[in-house]
Amino acid sequence: MQTPGSYIPYEYLPILVIMMISVMFSVVVILVGSIFRLARPYKEKLLIYESGNPPVGETRERFSIKFYIIAMLFVVFDVEAVFLYPWALVFDSIGLYAVIEMMLFIVMLLIGYVYAWKKEAFNW
Amino acid sequence: MIVDGTTALIEVEEGIRIIPGANTIVCALDKIVNWGRKSSIWPMTFGLACCAIEMMATGASHYDLDRFGVVFRGSPRQSDAIIIAGTLTKKMAPVVRMVYDQMPEPRYVIAMGSCACSGGIYNTYSTVQGVDTVLPVDVYIPGCPPRPEALLDGLIMLQELINKEHFKWSRWR
Amino acid sequence: MTPRAIAELIQSKFKPEVAEITEFGDQVSVLVNKTRILEIMSFLRNSSELYFDYLTDLCGVDYQGRKNERFEVVYHLRSILHNHCIRIKAAIPEKDCKIDSVVRIWAGANWHERECFDMYGISFTGHPDLRRILMPDDWEGHPLRKDYPLKSDLGEAEWKGFKEVLETVERNKKYEVR
Repeated sequence: MQTPGSYIPYEYLPILVIMMISVMFSVVVILVGSIFRLARPYKEKLLIYESGNPPVGETRERFSIKFYIIAMLFVVFDVEAVFLYPWALVFDSIGLYAVIEMMLFIVMLLIGYVYAWKKEAFNW
Repeated sequence: MIVDGTTALIEVEEGIRIIPGANTIVCALDKIVNWGRKSSIWPMTFGLACCAIEMMATGASHYDLDRFGVVFRGSPRQSDAIIIAGTLTKKMAPVVRMVYDQMPEPRYVIAMGSCACSGGIYNTYSTVQGVDTVLPVDVYIPGCPPRPEALLDGLIMLQELINKEHFKWSRWR
Repeated sequence: MTPRAIAELIQSKFKPEVAEITEFGDQVSVLVNKTRILEIMSFLRNSSELYFDYLTDLCGVDYQGRKNERFEVVYHLRSILHNHCIRIKAAIPEKDCKIDSVVRIWAGANWHERECFDMYGISFTGHPDLRRILMPDDWEGHPLRKDYPLKSDLGEAEWKGFKEVLETVERNKKYEVR
């Protein structure tokens, strides 16, 4: 009889092993390289590359705000999709109640969608 | 693939031995590292004048450079070698030096053409008499301009130079 | 119009300015003083029978020791409409080494005049952006003058930027892997 919290998914162990091997692959290569490689940093080598000329101007440029808006909208609608996926799998066994509930959820998000559309958030 | 079942070590080249039965190669680490470095020289293009056209011709399909593993990179941070092709003027000298300084080791310099080797026919107020006044050069390729075969010959010479390296680019030389 | 006829027309219109007309083969050059060069050039550009709308070339010449006035600025003009061409040379003495710029008349003269300034030191009054074009901005001297040293080893008179590169080479020699 299994106690709560004692279920260990042994079928997924190979995935863990592969993940660890792939991480170790890159980490070990970089570590071994850094032990053996030549390290002779000097001032000109560490300068910022600007086609051989001395670097001019600021490196921190301002980003356009539209990237942030698109990211925010993506997060919201992605969370909606995350809720839709398991619902799609089980709604037929729950019945009409699930359909109406999800339609209300989608209608609320649709209102937000129309608002974003009217506010020209989708214009690139 | 050698179809043989023996487990004895057979010397294929100097220093490189194989076990045919186990399909393995046994050699010193130097050989592997040098083979890797010489078969994938990634030069930074530094075509300055007419020799750049010959370099482009060498990179094109007739005298392919890609079959040597040579892929031209645009940034010195990602390149192994720098091919100075063309006349170096005094106005351009600080730029070449800075680009060379920004390359990570291991790095090699190929001076292509007479102007890069020694100033060529231009012994004037504005020309640097040879790239080796500002950079340490490994391979000189004379010619005005050198034919693509000459550039390939210089590249193979650089590969032979890399092959002979022994612990050159390591922290404890 | 034949080049000779063009030269004589210029001479008849600007009598005191034209110093001489020389011919070689079918090329005619007109040597003028530099004082009214803008007027002469506007006349050549705008007159309907000459209409030189294409300035093919503008360059300088250094006649050190061989002529009275050391420099000359040579204008090659061509008319696309009438298909004729002429060469105008403006004599410039060494003491007063400037001439009016013809950029307002032909916009293509801009970089030619900058090159002339860079190589000979002839300044062009009225040029919008007169600075060195081929040599580095802080180069001293005007290289195509006849008294400028030819060979690469300038010694102490070497350009400051190149001396700095040589210092960098010396300084970073200890980081070389040989």
